[in-house]
Amino acid sequence: MLSRVFSSFWKGFLVLALTAIAWNGAFAQDLKSFEQKITTKVLPNGLTIIVCERPEAPVFSYTTFIDAGDVNDPSGESGLAHMFEHLAFKGTSQIGTTDYPKEKIALEKVEEANNAYEAEYLKPVGRDPQKLAELKKAMLQAEAEAHKYVIPNQFTEVAQRNGANDLNAETGLDSTQYFWSMPENRLELWAWLESSRLYDTVPREFYKERDVVLEERRMRTDSNPIGRLVEQFLATAYVAHNYGRSGIGWPSEVSQISATEAMAFHKKYYVGSNIVVAVVGDVKASEVIPMLEKYFDRVPDGPKPEDMTTVEPKQFAEKSVVIREQTQPFYVEGYHRPSYHDPDDAVYDAISDIMSNGRVSRLYRSLVRDQQIAAETQGLSPFPGDKYPSLFVFYAVPVPGHTPAEMRDAIHKEIEKLKTTDVTDAELEMYKTRARANLLRGLADNQGLANALAEYQTRYGDWRELFKQLDRVDKVTKADIRRVANQVFLASNRTSAEIVTEPPAANGNNGGAQ
Amino acid sequence: MRNPLAKASSKYLFLITATIGLVLPSSVRAQEEKPWERIPVPPLHEFKPHEPKRVELKNGIVLFLQEDHELPFINGSVLIPGGARDERPDKAGMVDLYGQAWRTSGTEKMSGDAMDDLLESKAAKIETGGDLDSTALSWTSLKGDADQVYDLAMDLLFHPKFNGQKLELAKEQDATAIVRRNDDEEEIAGRESAKLVYGPESPYTRQPELATIGAVTLADLNAWHDRTVHGKLIVAVSGDFEPASMEAKLRATFEGLPTVKPLPARHDQFQQTNRGVYFINKGDVDQSNIQIVGLGTDRRNPDVPALAVMNDVLGGGFGSRLFQKVRTELGLAYAVGGGFGFDYDHPGLFRVMVLTKSPSTVDATKAALAEIAGLDTRPITEAELKRAKDDILNSFLFRYDTREKVLAESVRLEFYGYPADYLETYKTALEKVTVADVNGVAQKYIHPDKLAVLVVGNGPEIKPPLDGLSMGPVHPIDITIPQPKQTAAEEKKQ
Repeated sequence: MLSRVFSSFWKGFLVLALTAIAWNGAFAQDLKSFEQKITTKVLPNGLTIIVCERPEAPVFSYTTFIDAGDVNDPSGESGLAHMFEHLAFKGTSQIGTTDYPKEKIALEKVEEANNAYEAEYLKPVGRDPQKLAELKKAMLQAEAEAHKYVIPNQFTEVAQRNGANDLNAETGLDSTQYFWSMPENRLELWAWLESSRLYDTVPREFYKERDVVLEERRMRTDSNPIGRLVEQFLATAYVAHNYGRSGIGWPSEVSQISATEAMAFHKKYYVGSNIVVAVVGDVKASEVIPMLEKYFDRVPDGPKPEDMTTVEPKQFAEKSVVIREQTQPFYVEGYHRPSYHDPDDAVYDAISDIMSNGRVSRLYRSLVRDQQIAAETQGLSPFPGDKYPSLFVFYAVPVPGHTPAEMRDAIHKEIEKLKTTDVTDAELEMYKTRARANLLRGLADNQGLANALAEYQTRYGDWRELFKQLDRVDKVTKADIRRVANQVFLASNRTSAEIVTEPPAANGNNGGAQ
Repeated sequence: MRNPLAKASSKYLFLITATIGLVLPSSVRAQEEKPWERIPVPPLHEFKPHEPKRVELKNGIVLFLQEDHELPFINGSVLIPGGARDERPDKAGMVDLYGQAWRTSGTEKMSGDAMDDLLESKAAKIETGGDLDSTALSWTSLKGDADQVYDLAMDLLFHPKFNGQKLELAKEQDATAIVRRNDDEEEIAGRESAKLVYGPESPYTRQPELATIGAVTLADLNAWHDRTVHGKLIVAVSGDFEPASMEAKLRATFEGLPTVKPLPARHDQFQQTNRGVYFINKGDVDQSNIQIVGLGTDRRNPDVPALAVMNDVLGGGFGSRLFQKVRTELGLAYAVGGGFGFDYDHPGLFRVMVLTKSPSTVDATKAALAEIAGLDTRPITEAELKRAKDDILNSFLFRYDTREKVLAESVRLEFYGYPADYLETYKTALEKVTVADVNGVAQKYIHPDKLAVLVVGNGPEIKPPLDGLSMGPVHPIDITIPQPKQTAAEEKKQ
């Protein structure tokens, strides 16, 4: 899990480390000094607040981590968690409206109009086009009526006018995260804004925003060759678990999500026990915790939502997807692996590091440097999530003149080596050194630290696991790597997907595809 | 190449790009009470950015030292003037190949492969790379390994031994990028729209082809190195070091070098863009990528502060006119935004981008064009100005909130020859921008008749068609990737 958490602020930059000798002492020290900087407080409603004092500059960063993502979308409503995340920028009963009582009534009418329209639209037989057009018109009128009370984007406007930097949110399959950075003198203003949107979300401009999300889907998935491939790959790799479902949502489902459904998702998952808020920067815990408590205790309490009961059944048939189109070839394969709770979690990280990390990695040296058949290749896990049993994936980008089949064979050869021969002492030591280095390096970044603290607090119930996991890293042996490789990298546990390039149509302008 | 799965990962962001800048449109309705305005905003804790020490050597080389004892690492870089815009057109891509092969080749004393093994075992790095206007060598390591890594980095700086196999490896990588460059709609749109402004043969847009990278030889790499390494180097180190001994160390390396030889000044010509509609067909997409482009300006232009405020009003963030209209009100796009660009030493691009489903291409383009033209016809208001300035100035702090950022800014200003207090004077100028200034620059620089519209999309699905824009004939652009000419020997074989 470690490698994944820190990869985000590591992209494209250099990886660093201490020498092996310096390590253990240095880390005990780091955990100890961090314990003094970090205060954790569980509020009466169950919400956890983490404050980390890092007064390098008069700024702070925060992450609000919701333990719910698109894996929690109900059946038939794929994309719901992400849709709600967009709603959380639309303001509250106090911000973004000129007259909330009137707006509320108008929004209820929008919902009624939408229900009437959808009932007609979804009729299996006897849909009346004229009635449908009338209902559509009524829907647009209801929206226009509600829009009269809207001050568009006022929530984000107030945040940005007060210096919010890198304001954004992210919905994954496992979780939803909201984050930005701000000057430290806006901490209370932030606490008001953030806590308000968590408990007082108003389903404002919902159906326009749904169109925006459909555009996001077209951009990331439909109009992107790798986006299309990954969606098909995951849908094939999973038969039961929601990791196989489109995260942004299948078009027919996202386009039917209603505001009522989004608010039901909110009611169930946005409860104190399901939320961790981490603040890192120029803040004094003793001064700010009472203030944060005042605001964040407004979030309703409620039972921690029940965990998903679906378990992906053991795969017994090798599966493959072939996309024939006029784009360049690509190869990816995946093997089911357990969740981050598994005692072997660090072994998977070790395999990923030895296979993929940098110009010393096995895949680079074999496929890129020596055989010169791939421009890029990696083995990564977990993908697409880590909370539930996930995949270990390998991919390769062929250089001109080489095929997905060659990528597959070359990757399999490297996997076979892992199964039959121990990795070297030097490789194993390198993994451990780099794992520690990545962790240490990440400590100097407010936003990265806020993300990591919130995620580890959520996943392990204790942010200290961020440091303690190095114990598991240290314990990985060569035998573990061979054992896990032999357990997991089996043909019967494999799903592969490839793009095979088709020649362009004989006549027709295929400008984008040659 | 970046991780292709990362782009198609299962994470969905609220915003496509991090943007600065925000203004509400003029008609903000009065509210009786604003709870957030009752929340106190105390004075900001006192803060002075930690400036690096600057040392100018007699030979013209400049050193920057930025102490930072938070973590036990030492990082460094050498920035070298001269980049891809200075390479020969018939060898386009040479600087990129150079940037790769420099590090992977290694030195007389140690091959690149051996260097990989040594550095990675210490989780240290030495990297090289080529850019539009510069090349660079950088390194980073734990404090305890810093001397050894520094010596290796300097060996690579002064004694590279370019290797034919590593050049071939770099060519394979770049050839892969070339043959894939038409797979991704966004990449096509960004590249081809810049060509519409700068021209296809411009040093700022010309692209490597299979033939031009094929023409690059080891001799080219050696000649380039010899030519640039004697230029005005900027050396920057940061991290956990003792400043006096670090300065002595850098002096020992760089002080004895001959006086730097600057590259000849560039005299690039830039022309206003011609109005017109351009189209590239891509059969496998359901969304059009629309780029509205023209010529921008450079940062030395005194109008830049007012233009920066104008950009926020137009397309800088959530409250910008483009976001409010095209995304929030019309629901026609997830990604929309843009503004008037300014680079440090050449004109940037004016660029507004909208991504919308194929059938709404004309509507979304018209809506974006109307907001651009609206800068001339619907002057910005005091309320818009106030919001834009709040937004820019209250987040200004994030340009120098870490020592690394302060150092990077110092290097940038040194490289382009800007005064060291540029950020301060820029901030002061932003504070002084008035409504009249912004409306003045809008009139002066926003010329809808000097903008080109490029649409990359699925032709048959774009209904109504692009004629609906009423901007004259639609010019198709051919983006077929040229295959290298066969040599006589190869022809004979067939």
